Amino acid sequence: MTAAEMTYQGAAETSAERNKRILGRVGIYAALVFWAFVSLFPVYWTITTTFKTAKDVTQGHIVPFVDFQPAWIGWRSLGLSPDTINQVSTVRDEFLGRFVNSIIASCGASLLAVLLGSLAAYGLSRFQYKFLWMKNKDISFFFLSQLILPPVVLALPFLVLYKELALLDTRIGIILLYTLTVLPIVIWIMRDQFDTIPVELDEAAQVDGLSVWGVFFRIVMPIALPGMVAAFILSLILCWNEYFFAALLTGTNAKTLPVMVASQTGSQGISWWAMAALATSAIAPLVVIGIVLERYIIKGLTAGAGK
Amino acid sequence: MANAEIQAQPYGDPIAPGRKAAGRALIWGATLLLALVVLLQALDSAGSGPLHFENWRPSLYAYVLWAIALGAAQVMIRGEAGQRALFVLPAALYTVAVVIFPTFFGLYIAFTDWNLSSFEGRRFNGIDNLIELFHDSFYWKALGNMVFYVAMVLVEYAIAFSLALLLNAEVRARKFWRVAFLIPFMLSPVAVSWMVGKSLMEVRFGPLAGLAKHLGWSQPNFFGSGWAASFSIEALDAWVSIPFIMILLLAGLQALPKEVQEAARVDGATPWQSFWKITFPLMLPVSATAVVLRIIFKLKLADIVINMTYGGPGGATDTVSSYIFRQYRDRSNVGYGTMLAMFYLVLIIIFVTLLLNFVSKHMKKVT
Repeated sequence: MTAAEMTYQGAAETSAERNKRILGRVGIYAALVFWAFVSLFPVYWTITTTFKTAKDVTQGHIVPFVDFQPAWIGWRSLGLSPDTINQVSTVRDEFLGRFVNSIIASCGASLLAVLLGSLAAYGLSRFQYKFLWMKNKDISFFFLSQLILPPVVLALPFLVLYKELALLDTRIGIILLYTLTVLPIVIWIMRDQFDTIPVELDEAAQVDGLSVWGVFFRIVMPIALPGMVAAFILSLILCWNEYFFAALLTGTNAKTLPVMVASQTGSQGISWWAMAALATSAIAPLVVIGIVLERYIIKGLTAGAGK
Repeated sequence: MANAEIQAQPYGDPIAPGRKAAGRALIWGATLLLALVVLLQALDSAGSGPLHFENWRPSLYAYVLWAIALGAAQVMIRGEAGQRALFVLPAALYTVAVVIFPTFFGLYIAFTDWNLSSFEGRRFNGIDNLIELFHDSFYWKALGNMVFYVAMVLVEYAIAFSLALLLNAEVRARKFWRVAFLIPFMLSPVAVSWMVGKSLMEVRFGPLAGLAKHLGWSQPNFFGSGWAASFSIEALDAWVSIPFIMILLLAGLQALPKEVQEAARVDGATPWQSFWKITFPLMLPVSATAVVLRIIFKLKLADIVINMTYGGPGGATDTVSSYIFRQYRDRSNVGYGTMLAMFYLVLIIIFVTLLLNFVSKHMKKVT
């Protein structure tokens, strides 16, 4: 007995170690599952609530087909369920109007920001500027320092200015503002991208007779395209979700989706399914982008952060 | 003459004097046009101009025209150096137009008594707004709340670091977990306010309230008392932003040299030791970037507060931004609201400068 124990002592030790390792693995996976649940449950809850009647909501039913029988109730109230999709619906018209506004505002602003920001970032990455006392470092800082400017500082002056410029409640006005809020981030990401492209490439192309702008558009831009996509998507997320400026500066014409969602929550006696449907459609485009283009989001977020 | 020009223009062809003169003429012409339009509009708004304008858009168009002329003239006068300047000019002129000008304009508004809903228009009132600010207990409460919200960034950072470590461990289906953890970052704070704040945390039948009851909180009211509401708001904001910090830290972890950790393990260090002695110090620069960025975003927090509690109960959850939003919405007082915002901007600039100084000094000590 003791002899057998002695012989197996080595093996017993490794088995204890193995137990510990397995325990560690289990712990890691338990933690992963827990946080995935924390991250995804609210989304799941919102999507399922669009199919719940009042009774199912108030009784806190969670699993469809088991706890409750799903119905198109939330989508019907938005005019987007299978049976109402072909009928005239004022709610749907309003919703689609806001949706289109959101798409135009966020895509327009992101495009403009990527265009302006990439040009500036390329210039700052390649050439030596001197404007008055400002050198490259100071110009970069000037752009990046816009990041700390809180929206409230600009909101009220813009309200007055836009009134004078007849830009209040217009899409172009909101695009101009959104561009401003994401421009520093785009410049940050793109400067990092251009820094990783060797200067020798530019020089070789210039020897071959391309102009400065030719080098940028024909040689450098195709290489930097993934970075530009990353910057564009990150801008898109920020602009799509922006609420503060939109709430102050838009009214009937240019109102975006977040403002519509917010205005519904304030009213008394919310119909849960309708709100859930509205919230679902407000987050759906970005959830899809997040799943499909996750690579670019991470690329955009991590650019320049390693230094 | 030609020699000197070539010296001044080491790149490209020398530029003809006529082209230079035309470029200068273009700048002067465009500047004159801009000045003229602005002057005419100013006279008109003062009530004595020869022309009548519907709005200030002509000045905007004149500015755009001036900016284009300035860019073209750069190329005409300075050749290739001008072409290079053209890369930064659009972004710079744009930023000046939409940030610098409104900020200075705001500085002026801040010293006026200007209520948009009254007919009196604006009236210069010196430092009255500033005096009112110092007696505004709600504003100081909001500033105090900001201290709480900013301090909570450290908790967010701790959670995000654990998640990044989890994702950095050797696990199956890593991409799935990463996407799942990233999803909250994609969601609109306004939608989240409803999805989580008003639905999951609903007092009577929200699942989260049910869970809280289960855990022994007999009457869970997440937004009833001041402290509970502050923590609930913070929880919502953290839920949305933790993925942001997590991704930055994960990238940092993946860039760490594997050999050092390997060597520590061979030397018999426990995982706990090797984390605190090796991983954490090596991660300090990335951590600093992530935390500073997060604090900068946190200082702008407004939408969740506006949608969940509208500052209540009794201003307990107000951020400075949401308080100013309320000032404007409830009293449409543009002058006073702008003064509050300007004061906040000054505080932020001081705070962020100190923070950056602290970080860079501390980083030098470590490395």
